[in-house]
Amino acid sequence: MTKTLKPLAAALVMAFAATAATADVTIGISLPLTGPGSGLGIPMKNYFDLFPKEIAGEKINLIVLDDASDPTKGVVNAKRFITEDKADIIMGSALTPVAIAMAPVAAEGETVQLAFSPAGLPPGKDHWTFRLPQSNDVMAYAMVEHMKKQGVKTVGFLGYTDAYGELWLKAMEKIAVPAGIKLTGVERFARSDTSVTAQALKLVAANPDAILVVASGSGAAMPHKAVVARGYKGKIYQTHAAASRDLVRIGGKDVEGAFVVSGPAVIAEQLPDSHPSKPAAIDFVQKYEKAYGPGSRNQFAGHAYDTEITLKKVLPIALQKAKPGTKEFRAAIRDGLETMGRTIFSHGVMNWTKDDHWGFTNETGVMLKVVNGDWKVE
Amino acid sequence: MDFSIASILALDGLTNGAIYGLLALALVLVFAVTRAIFIPQGEFVAYGALTLAMLQSGNAVGSVWQSLGDLPGTVWLLLALAVVVAVLDLLQLRTRGLPLSAGLRDAARTLAMPVIVLVMCWFAGPRDWPLWAQSLLTLAIVTPLGPLVYRLAYEKVADATVLVLLIISVGVHFAMTGLGLVFFGAEGFRNPPFWDARFALGPIMLSGQTIIIFAASLVLIVALAVFFDRTLRGKALRATAVNRLGARLMGISSAAAGRLSFSLAAFIGALSGLLIGPTTTMFYDSGFLIGLKGFVAAIFGGLASYPAAALGAVFVGLLESFGSFYASAFKEVIVFTLIIPVLLWRSFQHGHEDEEE
Repeated sequence: MTKTLKPLAAALVMAFAATAATADVTIGISLPLTGPGSGLGIPMKNYFDLFPKEIAGEKINLIVLDDASDPTKGVVNAKRFITEDKADIIMGSALTPVAIAMAPVAAEGETVQLAFSPAGLPPGKDHWTFRLPQSNDVMAYAMVEHMKKQGVKTVGFLGYTDAYGELWLKAMEKIAVPAGIKLTGVERFARSDTSVTAQALKLVAANPDAILVVASGSGAAMPHKAVVARGYKGKIYQTHAAASRDLVRIGGKDVEGAFVVSGPAVIAEQLPDSHPSKPAAIDFVQKYEKAYGPGSRNQFAGHAYDTEITLKKVLPIALQKAKPGTKEFRAAIRDGLETMGRTIFSHGVMNWTKDDHWGFTNETGVMLKVVNGDWKVE
Repeated sequence: MDFSIASILALDGLTNGAIYGLLALALVLVFAVTRAIFIPQGEFVAYGALTLAMLQSGNAVGSVWQSLGDLPGTVWLLLALAVVVAVLDLLQLRTRGLPLSAGLRDAARTLAMPVIVLVMCWFAGPRDWPLWAQSLLTLAIVTPLGPLVYRLAYEKVADATVLVLLIISVGVHFAMTGLGLVFFGAEGFRNPPFWDARFALGPIMLSGQTIIIFAASLVLIVALAVFFDRTLRGKALRATAVNRLGARLMGISSAAAGRLSFSLAAFIGALSGLLIGPTTTMFYDSGFLIGLKGFVAAIFGGLASYPAAALGAVFVGLLESFGSFYASAFKEVIVFTLIIPVLLWRSFQHGHEDEEE
């Protein structure tokens, strides 16, 4: 019912807007509400349902469409936002391939795209695209700082054979190696592998100070257990994709003492008071869990919360220059995002600049330790 | 590489090889009897492992409806497939020239097993049965899926070309993977080991689970050999495999042979799932690659020879384990590239044989 009503209502609002010439800020949001990415899209939609009706004195008109985790559908949605809805901002999608497919459409329509996934676009192609998730480099920075403090000099790398593993390997080569930490071995595996004994054997034989496991969710537990089973006694690090309950659920006592890097949003209350994101993260968690029950917090819903912070900061800047619904307004938003400077998100400290549309600063990542099956901030 | 590393790698390779071997046997069996290249074989592995995981996580309290909702999705799939098959059978009574009473009896027979399994699961759900009983229940859930899949997807087109059957297999594979995502979710599970013991054997640690994998594989292979050699049904399967038409002329139903071969394939798949469930994290889509490696092993025997397929499986397992040690990024490439020289060698050795179409 609401699904069919919403676009209709949006269309009506637009029709009135055109006649009365009162300009609302229109935001087109494309999310994977069905298909394999629905686990990411649905919590985001939940947060957009809580979105304020008015920001900076302007009515906010949200149009949420389902892209079914499909890049083609995402492109169609983005085109619709630009040609029919005359959106001032496009948001989405939560899946990297969909977000990448939407980027050229947004650029062609000269409309800002806020991507909810770490969409790697070639240099120069992200002129209109700004990303909300943290890049691996920012996370690797927090991890390498922790390694330095722990006196780690050598690291063995055990990662996925896919893009995620590759990006982490590049990040480690870029950040850890200059910091004087040597990569003693690089081994790869796939999520569906039945055994990583051979890789673990080779890494453990070199006896590095630490082993970094690059895998996601429940897939991160199997290599961890394999390394422990080979009698490895050093430190084991896990990446932010593994920072979920599944690691402990499957890993059991073998993952005890593991170090996991994480974004700040989902561990709000446990953040040290010195972390700049603590108030924003707590605010997000309280708002979201009040509506959807305790424990419902979710990394992607946090990205939706961060768009609210973004709009609150950038809309007043853009409104000084132009009226919503115009080309100048859209350009003003883009320039505003680049110049709005240091902004505290629930997910970290954002500082988009002309050359950096990833933007999170190195204050973002937090190191956690698994203690008695729960997270403890290091 | 020294002796201890080599022996650990060999043990790892042999353990995986035993599983690939079981799957290769099932693939050879299904292909010989029905000429279908059974791509969804791996899905039964995932279904077996994950159904057990679901039974393990069953809630202890709740109303009747709640405990029904907690049942693994595979139980409902079993019931749904059986209902569809029974209804289709009833609709085709006229064309088959059977009276209604015979049709109803057929339908009751189709539905009996799934209903019994459902009631047993519902009964077992809150009672926290021991692991071995839950494993037996898992086998009882997953094995009947095999013949139902055969009746729904393959039986009507049993005489179609190998290519058509292959395309059907691809479709069944995608359907089962998708349903797996619905039933078990996107996250993986790791089952508790059946035997949590460790034995030091020189440099290698032999875990209880490894011993169980070897023992179960051996027992199953011996049991299959006895079945094919000594029992009437087994001989009927072999006859169908040798010559479908000839077997049918001798009064062997090729449809019954097909159902039996699919039952065996589903049973072997589910059993393999139970065996490797405790050694790795299983996802809803993990089965495909495992099944594919079983397929590579089966190719060694030209999809016809059981001993050659078993040897191929051991070789694939060892190659995989040593390949991961030397070049882990290229492990899959090494295993699947292997199929090319094997095919070349086979075609040089046997020349071109016309398919029996």
